[in-house]
Amino acid sequence: MTAPTPPLRPLGARRRWSRLLLSLATLLCACSKPTTDEIRIGEFGSLTGGTATFGISTHEGLMLALDEINASGGLLGKKVTVITEDNQSKPEESVTAVLKLIKQNEVAAVIGEVASSRSLAAAPQCQANKIPMLSPASTNPKVTQVGDYIFRACFIDPFQGSTMARFAVDRLHAKRIAILTDAKNDYSVGLTEFFKATAKQLGAEIVAEESYAEGDIEFKAQLTAIKATNPDVIYAPGYYTECALIARQARELGIEVPFLGGDGWDSPKTVEIGGKAVEGTYITNHYSPEDQRPEVQKFIADYKAKYGGKTPDAMAVLGYDAMRMMADAIRRAGSTDGDKIRDALATTKDFSGVSGHISMDAERNAQKDIVVLQIRDGQFRFVESIAPTAG
Amino acid sequence: MDQLAQQLVNGLAWGSIYALIALGYTMVYGVLRLINFAHGDVYMIGAMSAFYFAHWLGLADAPSLFGFVVVMGLAMLTCALLGALIERAAYRPLRRQPRWAMLTTAIGVSMLLEYGGQALFGPDPKFFPQLIASAPALRLGGAVVTNIDLLIFGVSLALMLGLRWLVYGTRVGMALRAVSVNVDAASLMGINVNTIIAMTFMIGSALAAAAGAMVGLRNPKIEPLMGLMPGIKAFVAAVLGGIGNFPGAVAGGLLMGVTETLVAAYISSTYRDAVAFVILIAVLLVRPAGLFGTVTVEKV
Repeated sequence: MTAPTPPLRPLGARRRWSRLLLSLATLLCACSKPTTDEIRIGEFGSLTGGTATFGISTHEGLMLALDEINASGGLLGKKVTVITEDNQSKPEESVTAVLKLIKQNEVAAVIGEVASSRSLAAAPQCQANKIPMLSPASTNPKVTQVGDYIFRACFIDPFQGSTMARFAVDRLHAKRIAILTDAKNDYSVGLTEFFKATAKQLGAEIVAEESYAEGDIEFKAQLTAIKATNPDVIYAPGYYTECALIARQARELGIEVPFLGGDGWDSPKTVEIGGKAVEGTYITNHYSPEDQRPEVQKFIADYKAKYGGKTPDAMAVLGYDAMRMMADAIRRAGSTDGDKIRDALATTKDFSGVSGHISMDAERNAQKDIVVLQIRDGQFRFVESIAPTAG
Repeated sequence: MDQLAQQLVNGLAWGSIYALIALGYTMVYGVLRLINFAHGDVYMIGAMSAFYFAHWLGLADAPSLFGFVVVMGLAMLTCALLGALIERAAYRPLRRQPRWAMLTTAIGVSMLLEYGGQALFGPDPKFFPQLIASAPALRLGGAVVTNIDLLIFGVSLALMLGLRWLVYGTRVGMALRAVSVNVDAASLMGINVNTIIAMTFMIGSALAAAAGAMVGLRNPKIEPLMGLMPGIKAFVAAVLGGIGNFPGAVAGGLLMGVTETLVAAYISSTYRDAVAFVILIAVLLVRPAGLFGTVTVEKV
């Protein structure tokens, strides 16, 4: 059977097309040819959206580290540049952002994200393209379980959750504990799980377990139910926008007991929105500005000088530490090859960061101290520091 | 028992907000047979404009009831103008077109407000200034009613009574009812249909703005996408009560608020949003025209 002959096109037209394609191809080659005089690192984060302060703080810390690295001669004799993509606080945008960084900007490594759900969305892309990804602050264990190219510069939820449970039972002598979880958030669900397990083990009773969804603004139904169970403390491991409103509405209903939370509370907005309602809240966190170690005090002074006197929060510290850990790994790897950077990151040991002495464990999680802070007079004040062995 | 009383107070306060928004849906449906999907976003603009007025007028730093009333009034005025603008620019040119054209445009206007709002106000949540400091005002058994809850009940009731007087007690209201019965006949009787429809949009939008300002006061976190869920819920409330029916919209809104609160309190907050729609389906199966609606038989 003969195929129908396609209509003939004038020869000139075809030649014009192929010439156009050829010139386009040369153009593309010229664009994507990696420039040899710089090392590119990609950053994706929530610069806008519901948790914008997380992304902005991380970015500020990261840029401070970048300035220091370039001021001392860059890496491997090359200047380092950071390309930043905003994901608007959305998991689906995170996928687009890392793909753009990897495919279009051809970065050697990726730093991001704070929120575990967004790190989890982006991590498979980095793993598939063999680009090392270092999350500064995602604490859900699942993040680094995606694959051997995924690392984190912070502790994980089992440590954070169980430390708070120990603190609540041992130090605050809490016997009846209510929990209010953000059911749509991997981070919050993870913390709840580990907090609950440890608290029960230590003999405390979980009297109420309520939940809400990220973005909610009305929590009085759940809080009224919690009030009826008469708890000693309320554990609310969510993010600052919701938690500050939760505290507010709890006080309006006449609930006077203290709140406990995780590092998701660490934002200036907590106090701005929560006001007097968040006073007395205890949270687990990565660092305290009251820590007197010289690394910490130097970082705070430099940060204040660069950003108009603003006190850095934990996310800024982790952004700074993540960038410096990445630079350290590239220096030790002696190359921008993905596999070599990965091997160097995996062997990070006793790295002296602002958030403590950091070593990577076999699961690519950073091992370091945790601090407990309390909100007093609108400030996050240092209460105590707890070593990983205790968890 | 104390807990139930408290949950009812929570639910009624939240339901009053739904009721105010639902009234706007019902009014527009009455005169145009249009579901104005942009209505939830007008509520967002109400909260946002109240936020900006409070800061511009310096009232954010000097909390008072008077300050809040001024801010709410200005927000209502802003949204009334916005409502008139939306009607004139987006819906009036399509009035003689098939009904789906207007419906699709409504979805477009909604998106324009949401994403235009993100560009204009920024996508980050804003903290609504505390024009009135929240304090317990009343104790009913074990239930605490805050002064803000009382304000919401009072303002909602006043606005609803005002609306009732306007619709049933004035000549304008009579014209409005005439237009909703039959546009052509009303026009033949010398009623300026364009003016009446524009007014309907203005009143509905002003009610949504009042709801927005009061929500800002009660739950002080506002952002450009905040109108999405309340908009859908209020629409459900309007249908539940019988769309086009004023007491129906109020009853539907209150019922929604109370049911949602009770579901979140006694079942699980995960099912809260789903339950609203289950109730809607259940009611419509038994009463297709809604709780207060009357089935009109189309004469051929």
